[in-house]
Amino acid sequence: MINKIVDKLSDAFTGLKDGATIMIGGFGGSGIPHELIDCLVEQDAKDLVIITNNAGSGETGIAALLKARRVRKIICSYPRMADSHHFETLYRSGQIELELVPQGNLAERIRAQGAGLGGFFTQTAYGTLLAEGKETRVINGKNYVFETPLAADFALIRALKADRYGNLIYRKAGRNFGPIMAMAANTTIAQVSEIVELGEIDPEVVVTPGIFVKHVALIKDRS
Amino acid sequence: MNDNVLKPITRNEIAQKIAQSIEEGAYVNLGIGMPTLVANYLPKDKEIFLHSENGILGMGPAPEKGQEDWDLINAGKQPVTILPGGAFFHQSDSFAMMRGGHIDISVLGAFQVSQTGDLASWHTGEPDAIPAVGGAMDLAVGAKKTFVMMEHLTKDGKSKLVEKCTYPLTGLGCVAMVFTDLGIFEITPSGFLVKELFNNMSFEAVQAVTQAPLIKGN
Repeated sequence: MINKIVDKLSDAFTGLKDGATIMIGGFGGSGIPHELIDCLVEQDAKDLVIITNNAGSGETGIAALLKARRVRKIICSYPRMADSHHFETLYRSGQIELELVPQGNLAERIRAQGAGLGGFFTQTAYGTLLAEGKETRVINGKNYVFETPLAADFALIRALKADRYGNLIYRKAGRNFGPIMAMAANTTIAQVSEIVELGEIDPEVVVTPGIFVKHVALIKDRS
Repeated sequence: MNDNVLKPITRNEIAQKIAQSIEEGAYVNLGIGMPTLVANYLPKDKEIFLHSENGILGMGPAPEKGQEDWDLINAGKQPVTILPGGAFFHQSDSFAMMRGGHIDISVLGAFQVSQTGDLASWHTGEPDAIPAVGGAMDLAVGAKKTFVMMEHLTKDGKSKLVEKCTYPLTGLGCVAMVFTDLGIFEITPSGFLVKELFNNMSFEAVQAVTQAPLIKGN
């Protein structure tokens, strides 16, 4: 019987090595897999490359990972947030590498990997600092920049409900990067608030089919 | 009467001007900061769809106190609501809406706009500034029309309508219209065409504080 639901959270991180690339879902405070990030901090893997939209704020989540000095490089669109002081300290002292990517390019580079594409041409960032040194091409009279796919060893995402096959539905704008990160990583771990029987998620409304999900972790909502 | 007196309108009045120019059925993205004010003035008798880059169409106003849902936030990470008929979607679909030219109007703030429609809005270029871009570069080039909403002058009185941007660019030749506290300016092949100057200000008064040459409208 297939059962992707893990008994112990740390089991989902089997195979994690130093230097691994890890995608982490979430936008601002929505859709962040907090408990999975906490578990990642406990794994002691270092020199990680993190692909995510924001660089964390306060003391928890990605900020905790930064504070524990586990991250060599962050690939993101918007590292500056209210109280993103751990990132700012590391960045200003040259202790973390930043690859700044326009948010649409970030999403599409992740999707490209998940879809097996070698990259794509986009008009976004043409003629700006963020396209410097990149291949360009004129297509139908418009200027495009070539962008490469982003792959990862692990993706940590948060959804609302899963079944034991790993089919997922999300909650509101907490969906954000979850579905595309699930497609792009070798090992996708989804943290969910509820596990339901097979068939209880209507096949018409499944957002991420289980083929993209390796492990499911049930984390009851903190109330 | 002094013809050279500047009589700027308020930020809320700029927001009103932009809101009045938006037609029924338009899909609109309002950027972080000043453009968010436009939502407060959308005509109630028209159905207009607000898009939020983090994955919402049909975004509604802020919830009442105590009703905040932190999975329902806007691009500025503030709590919002969703209207009947709204939809949620993932990041790749959300940015396909922008990059694929499906969003009719994007309203962005800016540091500078050039007479050829170049936009500088994301980075001051100062060495100690932490760069952050978010969806600005996608919105600038992807929407059918990019509007800029900003004050005409910087805090120390420098023109933000310029011949050539000195700040790092967000997009090249992407701006269609600029709404400032002094007037409305359309980017044309010959430069900034004055569509309206507020409070009956004279062309000369506004040109005097604008670094780029302005073209008199009708």
